[in-house]
Amino acid sequence: MSRLASGGALIDRDTAISFSFDGKKFRGVKGDTLASALLANGVKLVNRSYKYHRPRGLVTSGPEEPNALVNLGSGNRHEPNIRMTQIELFDGLEATSQNRWPSLRADVGVLNAAASRLYPAGFYYKTFIHPRAAWKHVFEPMIRRIAGLGRAPTEADPDTYEHQYAFCDTLIAGGGPAGLLAARRAGEAGERVMLVEQTERWGGRLLVDDDAEIEGKSARDWIAEQVAALEAMDNVVMRLRTCCSAAFDHGYALLYERRGDHTIPTGPRHRLWRVRAKQIVGATGMIERPIPFYGNDFPGVMLASAVRDYVKLWGVAPGQDTVVYTTNDDGYRTALALHEAGCRVAAILDSRADPVGMLVEQAKAVGLIVMPSTGIGKVMGSKDGVREVQTVPLDKGDDVELGKRLQCDCIAMAGGWSPVVHLYSHSGGKVVWDTAQAMYRPDPENPPRDRFGEPYVRLVGGATGALTTHDVLASAAGEGAGVPVHCAAEQPASPVWFTPSHGKAALGGKHFLDYQNDVTVADIRLAAREGFESVEHAKRYTTLGMATDQGKLSNINGHAILADTLGKAMADVGTTTFRPPYTPISMGVIAGQEKGLLFKPVRQTALHDWHAGQGAEFEPVGDWRRPYRYQKGSEARAHSITREIKRVREAVGLLDASTLGKIIVRGPDAGKFLDLMYTNMMSSLKPGKCRYGLMCNDNGFLMDDGVVARLDEQTFLCHTTSGGSDRVHAWMEEWLQTEWFDLKVLTANVTEQWSQFAVAGPNARALLERMEGDIDFAGLPFMGFADGTLNGMPVRVFRISFSGELSYELATPTSYAVSLWEALLGAGDDLGVGPYGTEALHVLRAEKGFIVIGDETDGTVTPHDVGMSWAVSKKKEDFIGKRAMERSDLTRAGRKQLVGLLTEDPKFVLPDGAHALSADGKRAIGHVTSTYHSPTIKRSIAMALIEGGVDRMGETLEIGIDRKTTVKAVIASPVFYDKEGARQNV
Amino acid sequence: MLLIQCPACGVEAEETEFAPGGEAHILRPEPGCSDADFAMYLFERKNPRAVHYERWRHAFGCGKWFHMARHTHTLEIFGVYAADAPEPPQEIKDRIAERTAS
Repeated sequence: MSRLASGGALIDRDTAISFSFDGKKFRGVKGDTLASALLANGVKLVNRSYKYHRPRGLVTSGPEEPNALVNLGSGNRHEPNIRMTQIELFDGLEATSQNRWPSLRADVGVLNAAASRLYPAGFYYKTFIHPRAAWKHVFEPMIRRIAGLGRAPTEADPDTYEHQYAFCDTLIAGGGPAGLLAARRAGEAGERVMLVEQTERWGGRLLVDDDAEIEGKSARDWIAEQVAALEAMDNVVMRLRTCCSAAFDHGYALLYERRGDHTIPTGPRHRLWRVRAKQIVGATGMIERPIPFYGNDFPGVMLASAVRDYVKLWGVAPGQDTVVYTTNDDGYRTALALHEAGCRVAAILDSRADPVGMLVEQAKAVGLIVMPSTGIGKVMGSKDGVREVQTVPLDKGDDVELGKRLQCDCIAMAGGWSPVVHLYSHSGGKVVWDTAQAMYRPDPENPPRDRFGEPYVRLVGGATGALTTHDVLASAAGEGAGVPVHCAAEQPASPVWFTPSHGKAALGGKHFLDYQNDVTVADIRLAAREGFESVEHAKRYTTLGMATDQGKLSNINGHAILADTLGKAMADVGTTTFRPPYTPISMGVIAGQEKGLLFKPVRQTALHDWHAGQGAEFEPVGDWRRPYRYQKGSEARAHSITREIKRVREAVGLLDASTLGKIIVRGPDAGKFLDLMYTNMMSSLKPGKCRYGLMCNDNGFLMDDGVVARLDEQTFLCHTTSGGSDRVHAWMEEWLQTEWFDLKVLTANVTEQWSQFAVAGPNARALLERMEGDIDFAGLPFMGFADGTLNGMPVRVFRISFSGELSYELATPTSYAVSLWEALLGAGDDLGVGPYGTEALHVLRAEKGFIVIGDETDGTVTPHDVGMSWAVSKKKEDFIGKRAMERSDLTRAGRKQLVGLLTEDPKFVLPDGAHALSADGKRAIGHVTSTYHSPTIKRSIAMALIEGGVDRMGETLEIGIDRKTTVKAVIASPVFYDKEGARQNV
Repeated sequence: MLLIQCPACGVEAEETEFAPGGEAHILRPEPGCSDADFAMYLFERKNPRAVHYERWRHAFGCGKWFHMARHTHTLEIFGVYAADAPEPPQEIKDRIAERTAS
């Protein structure tokens, strides 16, 4: 056990918590993270690395952790790739290690490491390129099996997630000293403040580095006072376990709140806050950097700050015998903390030649050994952790011999600090390299700017590069009154980007930069030698910083190695862009409530329940659900469809056509406007009449069609396709508002206000005449419109046909829909009345050669191409698409034209989209657009767009079915039934 | 995500409440225009790293089209104005001149 006898600010030693890791039971205490609890149990090996399967332990104590990713939970609550350092322990927690087989201790993949000389940077690009076909069938499946982190869950997640919108004047990210002070100042000024902190505690590093005295109080008392003051303010919202994941344009921020990760959740497990803030203050602190040296990835090699955290926050000693390797004063705090906790410090290796200052003196005073100008040349260890280090002098260039051997079981790396500038960079702010402090800092000249051109993201505290508590609070106080702070002054650091390990060139062994992606110093040097000199190229070639930790630990070191290899200054190499999210967020919270029925709204007609009760099988049409067919008993699909088609051809069928778009266009200029919108003339339409119209876009290509009825002199009702009503309405408005705003026209989309049914078949008139009302069905001519009542219900009647049969469409206000539908069905049992679905509708219209927008058209088809030149006005001076249709490509001979296809074998139904082949079989000359078995003419029918098709009537084509098979089909008229249109004119 | 104010209804709302409509102030040529003029109208659009005059519609709000002057790189918005304006109002031009001078 590594639990210390005393200490641990966050834990409650009296409350034990049991959990399991890889099936083995352990005990921790309340306040532990999974990481601290495993360390307390002496577990150092927690994972295998991604590429070489090297044994790895914890490196950090926070969200920047690269190694300790686990599978959390089991069954439907299994979640992969969770950082142990962020998992608060709860009773019954189950975690399993990743990327190992058969077990963490005996992992077969470690063979990769033995062969690691064969896997340099770019290995995959170089190796798996030949033969070409092998990538898809051999290499990729193999690599996918080997690679990967945790396993994706296989069951539906039982938890709920939600999105929450919020607004504030100031959003403060980070609940450390700078965040608390900034929040207090903003709160006192009366601003609406949101203060969020990614961990479960307020105070940040001040809880650990508590040697400062602030406003005459101890650090802890000062934190408690700030939290109490903020909690008392009504204008301040405070959230723990909430990470500001991203800052976007104009003050839009995403907060990721983990409500139910440390307990069984009541309510949503995670919440995504979508916040609009006038100002975003990043009090995001700093992250310590590791130091590249040979063997710096054995379990037990940790950041110095993390070692200190485990000792002081959780009362756990990561090692009993620690070597501290530091480039700055801060590393001494770790040595002192270990010493105070009763743990041995083997030595403090300092990169600086002459370390001085308060912290150095304190360390020397308690008898700790300080070795100036010394680094770690080599680490000896195993999967059980570090055993020994060998020192190396740092003041003798690269041509050195290794020095003293030191026994140890832990190495604390203090490589300097990197400000967390992510929020500044997310939204367009620039960062600059500070050579003196060896860090990227926000560039005050180039902040992110809001829509008024004013800065809206400001970093404070450690995120600006402030190192001491004094400087941190001075930066957070801004122009307001500062707070008096007493704390240790710190001397300049001397960064070490690379520690030589032996002799000249110093490249032996692995010096890890990116633990999560197994990128080494040698990989970056290789990339530079091979010409990947831009930092963005070197990143992609080596995958430096591309793992889930996004290079929080590795990037700066990697860029420094690149700069060194290229002989450039750090500032000239630059940095890669910091992109959101700051740490990974769950898939669940991205979806929020938008799953299942809430994923996308579904539109239903007033008759939906009736359809469902009649065995309707629904199909999506735009956002609508329409009955595809009505199943009787257990009959097969084809049987229902044939039955419904025969009903329309032989008796009378009812179709729920309520989904048709209905747009009212009204005003003195309505006719003139519709002349511009449709290819044919609408202004000449007489009130009481209907006309079929085509709508093209500015390219001259068909975009919608439908019947237009003139209700009165100034009012037109434009029908659109089922999926097209919103689009067409928006299209009309666009032209009215942005081009022809002088026209006196109003539009209204009344699609849902009116329900509409087709009554089609030879018995249609007989059925309608049995209803009570004032409409003269016999007297209503084809393409006529009438207004009246049926059984007391208001109706509009359009005598139009999409089936080729005698047909009326009835529109009624939606509240009458069910009554009218049921009245019609109840009036004609003996006439054979019954419903038909959309598939029957499609076959009926295809038998007649009527087009469907989206089947016969695909955005490159003109009215002329589908044989509808008759609907394109030659008289009108202008309409949308007119000029476009005059372009040479749209008038040339040989364009694809709509024709019918009759297969040689009448039983064979062509596949939809099948290609017609040229005579030599080498080229596709068109494709099948609609294809069905026609019960009416008892054979297969198809429509197709074929190059020059109209002039090739009677020609036999080969249609490709698959790679080997073709079938023969003859080009014919697309009108397969009742060519003269006699059936609708009765 | 941009924060946009609709000049027609006055609402200030998220970008997702609006729909972008591309470059503004493009004149639709007469029916008998040349192929070159027509191609220009149909296909040629500016793509500056600078102030861009563009069309937007308050699609999930009042439904009105309007114009906006926006810097495509800094995302600064210099003003919104009516969709039937033949050119940006002087006030917006002045603001752009003033803000982009420095």
